[in-house]
Amino acid sequence: MSGYPPEMQESIRRVEATRARRLKETFPAMSMDERDEILHKFHPDYKEETFRAIRVGVSKGQKMPIELADVVEGRPHIDPDFDLSDPIAETDVLVIGGGGAGASAALLAQEHGAKVILVTKLRFGDANTMMAQGGIQAADRPEDSPAIHYLDVMGGGHFTNVPELVEALVMDAPFVIKWLEDLGVMFDKEPDGTMVERHGGGTSRKRMHSARDYSGAEIMRTLRDEVRNREDDIIVIEFSPAVELVLDDEGRVAGAVVMNLETGVYGFIKAKAVVLATGGGGRLHYQGFPTTNHYGATADGVVLAYRVGARLGYLESMQYHPTGAAFPEQIVGLLVTEKVRGLGAQPVNRHGEQFVYPLEPRDVEAAAFIRECVERGNGIVTPTGQVGVWLDSPMIDIIHGPGTIERNLPAMVRQFRRFGIDITKEPILVYPTLHYQNGGVRLKADSSCDVPGLFIAGEVSGGVHGHNRLMGNSLLEITVFGRRAGRSAAEFAHKIKPGKPTLAHLERWNRELEEAGVDTGVVSPILLPDYTRHE
Amino acid sequence: MTTARTSEGEELIPVYIMGKCYMVPPSLTIMKAMEWAGYKLIRGVGCRGGFCGACATAYRIQGDPKLYFGLACQTVVQPGMYLAQLPFFPARRASYDIAQLEPTPTTLFSLYPELLRCLGCGTCTKACPQEIDVRAYMAAGMRGDIAKVADLSFDCIMCGLCAARCPAEEAQYNIAILARRLYGRYLAPRSRHLQERLEEIRAGKFDEAIAELKSLSVEELKARYEARDIEPA
Ligand SMILES: Cc1cc2nc3c(=O)[nH]c(=O)nc-3n(C[C@H](O)[C@H](O)[C@H](O)COP(=O)(O)OP(=O)(O)OC[C@H]3O[C@@H](n4cnc5c(N)ncnc54)[C@H](O)[C@@H]3O)c2cc1C
Ligand code: SF4
Ligand code: SF4
Ligand code: FES
Repeated sequence: MSGYPPEMQESIRRVEATRARRLKETFPAMSMDERDEILHKFHPDYKEETFRAIRVGVSKGQKMPIELADVVEGRPHIDPDFDLSDPIAETDVLVIGGGGAGASAALLAQEHGAKVILVTKLRFGDANTMMAQGGIQAADRPEDSPAIHYLDVMGGGHFTNVPELVEALVMDAPFVIKWLEDLGVMFDKEPDGTMVERHGGGTSRKRMHSARDYSGAEIMRTLRDEVRNREDDIIVIEFSPAVELVLDDEGRVAGAVVMNLETGVYGFIKAKAVVLATGGGGRLHYQGFPTTNHYGATADGVVLAYRVGARLGYLESMQYHPTGAAFPEQIVGLLVTEKVRGLGAQPVNRHGEQFVYPLEPRDVEAAAFIRECVERGNGIVTPTGQVGVWLDSPMIDIIHGPGTIERNLPAMVRQFRRFGIDITKEPILVYPTLHYQNGGVRLKADSSCDVPGLFIAGEVSGGVHGHNRLMGNSLLEITVFGRRAGRSAAEFAHKIKPGKPTLAHLERWNRELEEAGVDTGVVSPILLPDYTRHE
Repeated sequence: MTTARTSEGEELIPVYIMGKCYMVPPSLTIMKAMEWAGYKLIRGVGCRGGFCGACATAYRIQGDPKLYFGLACQTVVQPGMYLAQLPFFPARRASYDIAQLEPTPTTLFSLYPELLRCLGCGTCTKACPQEIDVRAYMAAGMRGDIAKVADLSFDCIMCGLCAARCPAEEAQYNIAILARRLYGRYLAPRSRHLQERLEEIRAGKFDEAIAELKSLSVEELKARYEARDIEPA
């Protein structure tokens, strides 16, 4: 029995009818000019009316999605006179965010002699890191080099990346792989130990390392396990998101106010240095797009850092993954990994015809899907009104032999089988989904930012990927800069004599909002999206 | 109680959330049904995509004596479902320094002596939402076969359902991650090419090339980028 309703099955018959022909032909790739045109007409980043400039703070005038601008310009949870005299805890380094970047930072801070507290919003590891399937890049084969990796990263980012950050990324990469392996991460390998490495969108060498299709989960659970083994030095506090950073009277970051999610009680954690590793913001659903991100991805870190005066950057471009699930309704927006196209599945419209080269860069591919559905009306409409195009997954087993899908994409197969869809026999319905925050808090190579005592790592940062991240470079980024942030924060903590904690910056913030006449009606960071039904 | 249909005309079905009856659309996952009923979730939710194990749920269906298990973010509601979230289940976790361990056949049960108490009953396997044969990896663990435990348990999302069901009070998933880490660190074959690359970087082999790339203008970089050769797939 198929999990697809009859109308959709009808279109599947047409996909099957053209399959034999399509196995022999692939739609041609676009020229640079064609790419440019389709992006301008159909990519969500080019919809001017969905962006606006922020009106207050050090990056005043910068454009970002309206939904993000609304939270960045939000009002604080707490008053400037919130009592800081009685901290609930004190430590050398406070890490905010229990994803891959935060866990890496905690480990390195500890190794550099710091006592660490890690606070996180939900459970430790409930994070985008846990969801990454595809893999992590590192130039460690003789055919490859960090210099070639550098060029790929810059080209992918439209040459707007910060060169020093890219240098750090590609030169640290092989060391990070070794570090993860020493911690026990099980990378896919040949029997002689050679890493199994594949291409990803925009790579000129095969350098994608994977751990089946649970790459991020394997890294996350290993890092988490290691953090838990160091419980004498690293205290983990779950269900306690940070709602505000605290400065000292010399303008250095001196800790954070956190909220107990269950009781709603606020408390001050005093620290000599803070690492901000709160991840991305997919759950703000820019332009109404569904997202691949975890529940707590609400761009909190951007809000927190901005209020203490850190500049932002690159937030005018978001990454939309072309292949988000569009059916069944229960999993709309969840990621269908790029590997599916990498293995040979073609995107086709409701008539079973190809309309785009399967491996254009993500932004171009996504724009082509939108054009096919919105302008040309060739999408497939589901019973709940969601539109999408087919990704012809059964082609994979035809090309590479039966069992290929099951072996290479077990998480994918399982996810669809739960809803009665066998992706080895039936195509997958997909539509672009909000995937990654390319930009964020401006970062320096030692993971510091504009504000002393504040260190940044992971998806919350901006600059490494320029205006577009390549697959496999963010699992790399979170470990490279997570490690750097942990080390820098520990060194900073050893050096300084902390001053008196204060929230005076909130007074200035509130005054600035008032003077600019800004009231978005939002209290931020928002911490969690609200999916309850309002009648 | 609410009306029997949604605005799209979908007929609502009764489910019991922590014992209380709610009428919800039948197309929703357990997680979305709870939100539809008005719960703003804090516990029992994480990735919403079947990867983090935060949303373990036990349920029964009216008139059916069986006990079922699933992930709330991946399981569709059915009429007459009685739902209980198990967002947290206490389980023992051994503390260790991975660098000081040895991957011998006794390592697993020296840290987890209770491993030897496994009865082989298979209740854990029935509860696992990842379709892992938990009993089989526990049996491999008793034989000291670290590689087998690592392989069989690889898809584990540490949801805790196996532990919640185990009559022998095992913490299967904690034993499993220990086995995977031992395998990854000690038993997996080492990569020669990785080691060589680390030595080359330490020796400064790429410093000049990177410095040169950093010194190029955007126009020059673009030209290099477009001229780069692409390794065949
Ligand atoms: C479905 C999916 C697939 C992906 N696949 C790949 C891939 O194959 N390769 C690749 O390189 N990248 C991939 N990515 C991207 C990559 O996984 C992420 O960019 C990266 O893991 C982010 O890591 P992070 O540590 O910065 O953030 P996260 O892993 O998201 O961790 C951030 C943590 O901070 C917590 N937090 C948030 N706000 C607060 C607050 N106010 N206070 C305290 N804690 C807070 C969050 O709850 C979370 O635990 C994928 C992403 C997704 C969503
Ligand atoms: S439920 Fe417990 S006792 Fe039974 S097989 Fe599983 S681990 Fe062994
Ligand atoms: S092995 Fe246990 S913890 Fe792991 S996924 Fe299965 S039931 Fe959950
Ligand atoms: S919420 Fe992560 S597995 Fe269900």
